[in-house]
Amino acid sequence: MNNLEKKILEKISDLHAIPNGAFNIRKNGELFERNSTKEINIIPKKNKNGIDVIVSPNVQNKSIHIPVIITIGGLNDLVYNDFYIGENSDVTIVAGCGIHNKTCKTSVHSGIHSFHLKENSKVKYIERHIGEGNRESGKILNPITKIYLNKNSEMFIETSQIGGVTSSLRKTFAVLKENAKLIIKENLLTNDKDYAKSFFKINLLGNHSSVEITSHSVAKNNSYQEFKSNLIGNNECFGHVECDGILLDDAKIISIPMINASNKNASLIHEAAIGKIAGDELIKLMTLGLTEKEAEDVIIQGFLLGN
Amino acid sequence: MLELKNLNFEIKSENTSQNILKNINLRFENNKIYVITGPNGSGKSTLVKLIMGILSPNDGEIIFNNKNITNLSINERANIGISFAFQQPITFKGLKVRDLLDIASGNKNDFNMICNYLSTVGLCAKDYIDRQIDSKLSGGELKRIELAMVLARKGKLNIFDEPEAGIDLWSFENLTKIFSSLKNSITIIVSHQQKILEIADEIIMLKKGEVIKKGSLKDILPFIENNKCFKLRGNNE
Repeated sequence: MNNLEKKILEKISDLHAIPNGAFNIRKNGELFERNSTKEINIIPKKNKNGIDVIVSPNVQNKSIHIPVIITIGGLNDLVYNDFYIGENSDVTIVAGCGIHNKTCKTSVHSGIHSFHLKENSKVKYIERHIGEGNRESGKILNPITKIYLNKNSEMFIETSQIGGVTSSLRKTFAVLKENAKLIIKENLLTNDKDYAKSFFKINLLGNHSSVEITSHSVAKNNSYQEFKSNLIGNNECFGHVECDGILLDDAKIISIPMINASNKNASLIHEAAIGKIAGDELIKLMTLGLTEKEAEDVIIQGFLLGN
Repeated sequence: MLELKNLNFEIKSENTSQNILKNINLRFENNKIYVITGPNGSGKSTLVKLIMGILSPNDGEIIFNNKNITNLSINERANIGISFAFQQPITFKGLKVRDLLDIASGNKNDFNMICNYLSTVGLCAKDYIDRQIDSKLSGGELKRIELAMVLARKGKLNIFDEPEAGIDLWSFENLTKIFSSLKNSITIIVSHQQKILEIADEIIMLKKGEVIKKGSLKDILPFIENNKCFKLRGNNE
């Protein structure tokens, strides 16, 4: 792995070298290196690109890294990764894709991930997307995440895309059974003419299932963002969506809520607030010695990192 | 020293204009505590906002340590030692107490420094250092963090706009101790609170945008008693 690739790996997964434990590193559309452990088996798919990750029951505090590095233009990379988490297991999965594209040709990565959590299991899923290189070339990421949460299972998703990705279409589908819990935190920053669209469809099927989605997004220049969520409450359940956006320059953010309650005990909430940075926040930071531009940067950084 | 020379501030709308401050001439000396008081709408907050640069006067001059700062921006004034505690503390999504204290002091503080600032305002650092400065904090907590930021600035001119509001669960004694501890600086406090007026070296009373009296509490009290629209607040108000 050269220095550029190491830097991208660090940015998307905080790894300074090849990790210990289970991992699958994909580079420019091909496997770079893979490792399974006694408890976590990573098996390549036979008929298409991708892997099955099988976590045995009762595995505690283990991590799985599956970063994707792209340093060439003109690549269209489509992978199918399926995760099967055993009963009572608690693992962290660090995914993410970094595209460094110096060419004029567009590179695309589409990660189609599915998560199957058995009873009482927990997953923390961290996904970072970055785009670098020639500003004019396309760096496109289109992830699809399908989540199946069995009784008493929990999944926490932290997804961030802080600039550089020219276009993204993120789709997340989830079905939650009894007492299952899903928390999603999305942080997004778009620049120039970037386009980013997020769509969530969450089916709260089981009694006392719950979902919380918090999206913090910043849209700069002429970029465009669209946030669409559809919460379906089919039982006594709780769902909360909070979509906060900061608009700068001539950017545009659209938030489209859909709440579909078919049980009288379903409690579903969608909150959205989109606007420019509040003038009094800038003034407060200026009274602490920051210029207006520095104050703006501090507010944006806090807004994105503090979610 | 801070000098305000012939300061005027008016709000203009399409057909009318309203004088908020009229011909203000004041001097503030180092190592003294000044309290600006007066009825609602008398221009107290406007006056301190003019000093910080949050508002600009229509005419007049602001001289700070022999430098004309009338045209300096807010941050330029902050960087020559003027600090300001807001009447209504500002909240931020995502910024933590630690972040704002670091910005206020201009460098990364270690835990002990942050502990010093927060314990002075009656807060336990380990409970607050990583709390976000958002609406989950109570008004009183936000107000005390606002005070801690002024302490972290180590300013030469410290302005507090109604610092007592919402901190009744703490105590005025602690609050007045903070003001008395600010050495080698000018302290200007906007307040209606008798306990705070009692620690002032000089009280400036405003009414309808004009200075109607300057002096000690003894000098000012008759003016307050004669004013039907204005009463000082006691400890429990």
